[in-house]
Amino acid sequence: MGYCPNTPDEIREMLAVIGAGSIEELFAPIPAELRAKSFDLPPGMSEFELMRIMREKAAAGGAEIVPFIGGGIYDHIIPAAVDHLSSRAEFYTAYTPYQPECSQGTLQALFEYQSVICRLTGMEASNASLYDGGTAVAEAALMSLRITERNRVVLDASINPLHREIVTGYLHGLSAEAVEVAPDGCGSDLKRLIDSIDEETAAVIVQNPNFFGSVQDFSELAVKAHEKGALLIISGYPIALGLVASPGEMGADIAVGDGQSLGNPLSFGGPYFGFIATRKRFIRNLPGRIVGETIDNQGRRGYVLTLQAREQHIKRHKATSNICSNQSLCALRGLIFCASLGRKGFEELAVLNYDKAQYAKSRLTGVKGVSVMNAGTTFNEFTLSLPKDAAPVVEKLLACGVAAGVPLVQYYPGMDNALTVTVTEKRSKAEIDRLAALLEEALCS
Amino acid sequence: MQLIFEKSVPGRNGVRVPLSDVPKASPFPDALRRKEPVLLPEVSELDLVRHYTNLSRRNFSVDTNFYPLGSCTMKYNTKVTENAGGLFAGCHPFLPLLPGGERLVQGPLSLVHGLEQQLAEITGMDEVTTQPLAGAHGEMTGIMVIAAYHKARGDKKRKYVIVPDSSHGTNPASAAMAGYEIVTIPTAPYGDMDLEQFKNAMNDEVAAVMMTCPNTLGLFNPHIAEICAIAHQAGALTYYDGANLNAILGKVRPGDVGFDVIHVNLHKTFSTPHGGGGPGSGPVGVKKGLIPYLPTPRVQRKGDGSFAVEAHPEGIGRVSDFFGNFAIMARAYAYITLLGREGLIEVSEHAVLNANYIMARLKGEYELPFDQTCMHECVFSASRQLQDGVHAIDIAKYLIDRGFHPPTVYFPLNVKEAIMIEPTETESKQTMDLFIDVMLEAARIAREDPEALHRAPVTTPVGRLDETRAARAQQVCCE
Repeated sequence: MGYCPNTPDEIREMLAVIGAGSIEELFAPIPAELRAKSFDLPPGMSEFELMRIMREKAAAGGAEIVPFIGGGIYDHIIPAAVDHLSSRAEFYTAYTPYQPECSQGTLQALFEYQSVICRLTGMEASNASLYDGGTAVAEAALMSLRITERNRVVLDASINPLHREIVTGYLHGLSAEAVEVAPDGCGSDLKRLIDSIDEETAAVIVQNPNFFGSVQDFSELAVKAHEKGALLIISGYPIALGLVASPGEMGADIAVGDGQSLGNPLSFGGPYFGFIATRKRFIRNLPGRIVGETIDNQGRRGYVLTLQAREQHIKRHKATSNICSNQSLCALRGLIFCASLGRKGFEELAVLNYDKAQYAKSRLTGVKGVSVMNAGTTFNEFTLSLPKDAAPVVEKLLACGVAAGVPLVQYYPGMDNALTVTVTEKRSKAEIDRLAALLEEALCS
Repeated sequence: MQLIFEKSVPGRNGVRVPLSDVPKASPFPDALRRKEPVLLPEVSELDLVRHYTNLSRRNFSVDTNFYPLGSCTMKYNTKVTENAGGLFAGCHPFLPLLPGGERLVQGPLSLVHGLEQQLAEITGMDEVTTQPLAGAHGEMTGIMVIAAYHKARGDKKRKYVIVPDSSHGTNPASAAMAGYEIVTIPTAPYGDMDLEQFKNAMNDEVAAVMMTCPNTLGLFNPHIAEICAIAHQAGALTYYDGANLNAILGKVRPGDVGFDVIHVNLHKTFSTPHGGGGPGSGPVGVKKGLIPYLPTPRVQRKGDGSFAVEAHPEGIGRVSDFFGNFAIMARAYAYITLLGREGLIEVSEHAVLNANYIMARLKGEYELPFDQTCMHECVFSASRQLQDGVHAIDIAKYLIDRGFHPPTVYFPLNVKEAIMIEPTETESKQTMDLFIDVMLEAARIAREDPEALHRAPVTTPVGRLDETRAARAQQVCCE
């Protein structure tokens, strides 16, 4: 298939203007000994043939499995308008808006996105998005090192273990240290977290709801952290923010999380987006792109990329971070998702998630030998204790087309019987009842 | 244009949330409940659709305008690959991490593995990881791999990374994120990193050299193999920034030339759309000796032909949650499969032809600081126009009025008043001729009526925006 439009006649005309005899002559600056030793790829094909291959791969993608799994990524409704509007080519085939006059669409949308994130998190300043939830937590950790000029972060181990691994890796090269504090059951051990803060602690990082599904109040932790000159970073799950007190209300200094659940499909791992928001006084330490409001030469309101002096194209190795792009299109989807639901719908969605999970909790704990491990409130995830190892049970249920949850043992050694179950608004009562029946069957046999 | 919040009417409903089919739970505890509702806009679906449709019309894009944004490679995004990328929307990435879950997701796992193999062959590397989520994320991952390699060998004194002054700003920033100090080498009169100064800077404290070739001036560095050899001799590794790979598909493989690590920007070379600033995707390829240090997990092909997710215990750990920006990877895989060997070679040939055509036709009016055959992009300077008080930015804004997205201006930093043009392979001679005519016209207006260029753009919804005011006011969300 030829996407290159120029005809042989046109190529000849162009070569004549250049003064070259052939296209190959244009590659003359490349010494012969540096030429490719191999380029062993199959020949191209038609669209039809390609789509046949791609459909085969997608068909073996597990989309038919009923997911009661989260692990930071959630199966939520996506209003049709999200797909339609974000599929407009003027949005998806544009680049980073370096020329604001011909990029007001992207820039205003990102300004609106930043506003939505501030309102969700109870913060005053948001950037235009980061890569994903895990790297967002890592960037927040680095941000706290810059602000406090300290080199140690306290990491609550009830944070998503995939995210913890990313944070540890990011800190490693910088000779900064991440100290993990084990949870107390399925909740953060607030006392030990507070005791772990010392003069070198830049931040305490917690997640709400945490990886086990527990919702907690971190207001006191915020006060104690601030007393010792440390920051509080709360990683969160944006759908929960329709119901749960925001990081801002709890006194956090930085709020982060994965925005996937706001209108971005599962897509086997991405693209998603990370969000990060903070207090206005820390804005110069925010990594990544930021859109700001201003006026044009005739006093009309408009939007530009701002505070670019923090960024790598100007500051190079002294930049606040190496992040050069954001996840603009995914953030746009998040914005349209939130605007679609609106104030009332967003809260209703959160309540629905809570109600469905509470129903599942009562059904599943009705199964003999099964109990809930979370001590207090949960949102749409909760952790069960099974009367036997969770991993083989999950494997057995997968064969019936149900992903019953995430067995915790691979992330929390010793928690062999623990299973974290996720219930979103998309899971029907019938699916929840079937999960309970299958679980009962698997435990009896 | 009003903000969506300004169109909000209290009580107006948007999309309906599904009805509950379960009993109402006892209320969520007040102590943990948010005090203020989330003040999201209250609009009807039509309000919403009109708002974002009209916003989109305030954007230039590849599908609506010629977008010769140098070094960012804004090429046409094939439509069938968009369809292909959307096929995987329902696949949950945690499935293969569950016991017995791998067999349910053989399709997407085979795609991860397949793309890794395609990219390894294209770049001349031995293995590739798709985990990094953007080009700069790939750079950081690559440098972390290099750091792990030196550390595993007990080589602790290496604390510098060398970059040329024409490098993308992300190169030094990424190396700094991985804990290195940066040594910058100036550009020689022949348009690339000064070989003598490079030799002087190289010693056993250097961990890596980061380069791109062709470089950001669009020039192929004839000394590239020598630079790699010198680095290797001192025990340093070589990093190839794949931002400019579109110029050399099938012509040069960085792995053959002597590079140890590479990242590729799928949105640049492999036609995945950049969405107004992302998502991108930045897979990293390495030579054999570095495979152990790649991030975990890895998708491996087993003896029976099936695909498995395996931990990679010596690796640098996770750099993203799962397997990278999968739906972007699926588009790139589809693009490579669709074009095939000959199609990809044609891409580079036409990208180079088009860039040289524009360079040849504009060099009479615009200063060409490095007058050599270029690769996929060419860099002019507006220094002649500056004599009449016209800056590169004025020419850029005039192009907007004439319906063209401006080229990259003021980059690379080592060219004064730089104008960097990258047409890409998918533009026709007719489109380029129109663009060239407007560029020549801008040069004429610069001589005859420079004020006219200072006023541009006048056709856009807003005129030149006050960036200083934006930075001072720091108004980044609507109150």
